[in-house]
Amino acid sequence: MKQFDYVQPKTMDEALASWEPGASWLGGGTNLVDLMKLGVAQPQRVIDLTRISDLGEITFQQNGSVRIGAMVSNADLARHAGFAQHFPMVAEALLSGASGQLRNMATVAGNLMQRTRCAYFQEETAACNRRTPGAGCDARDSDEEARALLGASPACVATNPSDFCVPLAALEAQVEVRGVNGTRQIPIAEFHLLPGDHPERETALEQGELIVALHLSAEAARFARHARYLKVRDRTSFAFATTAAAAALQMEDGIIVEGRLALGAVAARPWRVAEAEALLVGQAPDAALFARVAEAAMAGAEAPVHLEWKIDLARRTAARALAMAAAGTPARLPALPASPFGQQNGDLAHV
Amino acid sequence: MSDTLSPEIRFGSNSGQPATRRDGLAKVTGVATFAADNTPEGLLHAVYAPAKIARGRVSHLDVAAAEAHPGVTHVITPQNRPELQGDPSGKPTMFSFRTEVLQDDTVRYAGQPIALVLGETLEAATEGARLLAPQYEVDPVRVALDDNTARGFDPGGFGLPGGASHGDVEAGHAVAARSIDVSYETAAQYHNAMETHAIVAQWDGDRLMLDMPSQALKVSCAGFAYFFGIPPENVTLRSPYIGGGFGSKAIPTGPQVLAILAARMTQRPVKLMFTRQQMFGPAGHRGATRQRLRLGVDENAALTVIDHEGLAETSTFDDFVEPAANASHDLYAAGALRASHRLVRLDVGTPGPMRAPGEASGSAALECAMDEMAEAAGMDPLEFRLHNYAETQPGTGRPYSSKALRECYAEGAARFGWEGRPLEPRQMRDADGLMTGWGMGTALFPCPMFAAEARATLRPDGTALFETSAVDMGQGAWTVLAQIAADSLGLTLDQVEFRAGHSALPDGGVAGGSAHTATAGGALHAAGGDVLRQLGELATADPQSPLYGAGNSSLVARHGWLLLEEDESRRERFADILARAGKTEMIGTGHGGRAPEAAGRHAMNSHGAVFAEVKVDPDLRQVRVTRLVGAFAAGRIINPRLTESQLMGGMIWGTSFALHEAARHDRRSGRIVNADFAGYHVPVNADVSGLEVITVHEDDPYVNALGIKGVGEIGIVGTVGAIGNAIWHATGKRVRHFPIRIADLLAP
Repeated sequence: MKQFDYVQPKTMDEALASWEPGASWLGGGTNLVDLMKLGVAQPQRVIDLTRISDLGEITFQQNGSVRIGAMVSNADLARHAGFAQHFPMVAEALLSGASGQLRNMATVAGNLMQRTRCAYFQEETAACNRRTPGAGCDARDSDEEARALLGASPACVATNPSDFCVPLAALEAQVEVRGVNGTRQIPIAEFHLLPGDHPERETALEQGELIVALHLSAEAARFARHARYLKVRDRTSFAFATTAAAAALQMEDGIIVEGRLALGAVAARPWRVAEAEALLVGQAPDAALFARVAEAAMAGAEAPVHLEWKIDLARRTAARALAMAAAGTPARLPALPASPFGQQNGDLAHV
Repeated sequence: MSDTLSPEIRFGSNSGQPATRRDGLAKVTGVATFAADNTPEGLLHAVYAPAKIARGRVSHLDVAAAEAHPGVTHVITPQNRPELQGDPSGKPTMFSFRTEVLQDDTVRYAGQPIALVLGETLEAATEGARLLAPQYEVDPVRVALDDNTARGFDPGGFGLPGGASHGDVEAGHAVAARSIDVSYETAAQYHNAMETHAIVAQWDGDRLMLDMPSQALKVSCAGFAYFFGIPPENVTLRSPYIGGGFGSKAIPTGPQVLAILAARMTQRPVKLMFTRQQMFGPAGHRGATRQRLRLGVDENAALTVIDHEGLAETSTFDDFVEPAANASHDLYAAGALRASHRLVRLDVGTPGPMRAPGEASGSAALECAMDEMAEAAGMDPLEFRLHNYAETQPGTGRPYSSKALRECYAEGAARFGWEGRPLEPRQMRDADGLMTGWGMGTALFPCPMFAAEARATLRPDGTALFETSAVDMGQGAWTVLAQIAADSLGLTLDQVEFRAGHSALPDGGVAGGSAHTATAGGALHAAGGDVLRQLGELATADPQSPLYGAGNSSLVARHGWLLLEEDESRRERFADILARAGKTEMIGTGHGGRAPEAAGRHAMNSHGAVFAEVKVDPDLRQVRVTRLVGAFAAGRIINPRLTESQLMGGMIWGTSFALHEAARHDRRSGRIVNADFAGYHVPVNADVSGLEVITVHEDDPYVNALGIKGVGEIGIVGTVGAIGNAIWHATGKRVRHFPIRIADLLAP
């Protein structure tokens, strides 16, 4: 790989000061290092954040909200008892991602910054507007299956591969970022950008800004009793989603008071449709209702002929996730988290 | 001190025992040195640049940029490649392919080496190769089976399989009361051993030392000797541990030849190791197939014909046709049979033998077609197979050397609980509402033998050294062959030192065709027997021996003693026989192989029956194999633990074939777009549950002296079809290609 500078700041101030254009922040490295090996990412400088001590905390506030430090590992967050109790579908999504080894390394901020897995983005010699603005898009007329069904543009059809971000979107997490000009909060819905004419702009981060923490509000915890993540894929584990959905309901006396639905793997960011969620309010859980909601959530979806099945599958995934949420969050995480075969393996499954 | 023998020791007591791997501790503690673990003084690292298009020519390489990168020492391209003594298009050995070694700037497949960069560090060489930034003149690519014209070929030699034909095929079609005509496709699959291909090459004058994983040490030495114009005995190849081969490590690859060339050019040791992505290139693969199966049955559901046509991809520059149709040769008693093959030339690397070549892909199609035929005949799939059971080899009428397939069916079905399976699909749901289906498939794998030599050296202390250049790819040869060796002298396992994996040892043959244990084991057994013969001759002719005057044929060996079988009080220690004869050692030699006349008398196959349960989500159509039961009859089982492991591994591969593995090409460049483990999927732990192996007892007096049939490949066979059939049974959808995916089952 290309030669680069490597620095290990000990404090946030040092980290921000060491940034320069062309630098990359390094969390767990589970995505960045692969891309560097492929020549897809070529940072001049890699700023390793693992030595900054105060980025690794999970802190519950008095009001029930939680602040998750940027460098908390996916594994630690998913296995944090209090967190999983309040935000079970976030834990379920985390545990459905990657493998145990990767979850130990990967960080929550790194997950937000995860790049698309589009095969044409990941191949240095392929044309990709996201990687090289103006180069063209070889994925568009290809058989690529990891293709956006919603929110794509002529310039880019990439999807966001994250599991974690899908329930974060449903629960309206806030991303706390810091730059030389201070700290600000970005709603998760505004964090990942749709490609439009500038697919190279992937997030709302300004140059040199750094994710410090994620926030989930006390209100988001009100969905805890009816919140599920569902991930559909050909392999039972260790595979990106073909389609995914995070569904969360607040129920009172068998009636849905509020509903949230975010879809994964269908767009360059987790996909939420307010009109679809509104259909849930005041209704009793029902398969026909969930089918209507799923239909509304996928409104406007487009796919080439060979991928039309994926629109259908995304709808089915959304409807099933809503049904699972309505049935209630299980007392403990399933052996195969987020899987249609969730309960089958008993207590222990190697995922 | 008493010399009484331990009563529990019997002749042959090592064979049949579930000994743990003798190399296990070394492997799990990292002490075992794999090829790329060798780092000789002065080492240079070699990295090859792979073509990113599949057809055309390289029009420019930025050699200057690569050479300017710090640490890069040399850039080898077709313009400056030192000469090879052997023509890379030649075929010096039985396992040879035309090799891509920078002979020109033509690109024939994506992943083909187009330059080699040497550097003082791996990182420098890697970046140097990237900096070459190749430019191409691109021709239209042909990477799908319909992209070029299918054609026949003259069978013969490695890679161009003959077919088979018996009976009147046209009449078989004509008389059929019911028939099916179906076409199945299997995807291109790439060997992905955990250890990628590697080599460390060192020259000393005209002598070449290689550390390289190899399934065929002597053959590889001969191949390299040919390329470099030196006698084969000048090549030393060390291959003590191999992290999986699966057929791909039997044949030297172009990049390995280039690394040797670079070592000669620089007069420094050179190491080259494939990246995972590079495994989807010059190391062979299982070619994609399309198979047409026309089956017919008479009014009594007896097969009148099996007509199996295979079409397989090969490269534009060499021939390896996946012999899929040959899977139909020996299995069912059809009135007429035809197995034939055609090829289509595509812009892909030359395919090669990949675990159960032909049998895996052919069985996938045949076993699904058999289910379709059973359905048409209104019969249970197992009953239909039993109804068409071949008592003798179809066509020739030759007896089988042994065939406990009926017992495999019975034991597998009983363990699985096949009885009561609804004939119709979509009849079963589990407690969670998941669609549930049961399917089965028959497994067959032939019992070839290669040739091997071995040497046994009895030492003065009564222990023995056994030597052969056999190969442990991870299957357990270090253990199993040592068990056979120890038994040949009636010694315990810890009284035997076993050396293998080095080309200077007697030729251990090829680890392939599931024949290695039988072949190398046969040589070891014969070498031990040769020592016993010599010991017996010494003792029975020596008046001072308790065995004096006894006939050699009535002696047995046990625990370091030679004993008279009918009177075990007459016995003498090996060590004493040697000492009295004034000998410090006694050497025996042995050969393993099969006499041609023995091969002609019987049809020889391993058999098995695989039963699968799948669950399919009724809405999402995600599939999971929840149970697999395989019952196999494979002759004498030397080590039940390692045999179970081999068969399980095969069945997991069958799951992989059925549901996961497929190389996907970009239609414009021809590049494989999923050339890594994130994109090219094999099963993970969560995909494997309820996996059970049964070995059915089978005595085979004909297959070879030890009665060994081999278990390396048969586990895949039958499993793919069983899973395909179970998916049909669960969903009512007959998907006629592999892998079967959610998208296939969603379709209305």
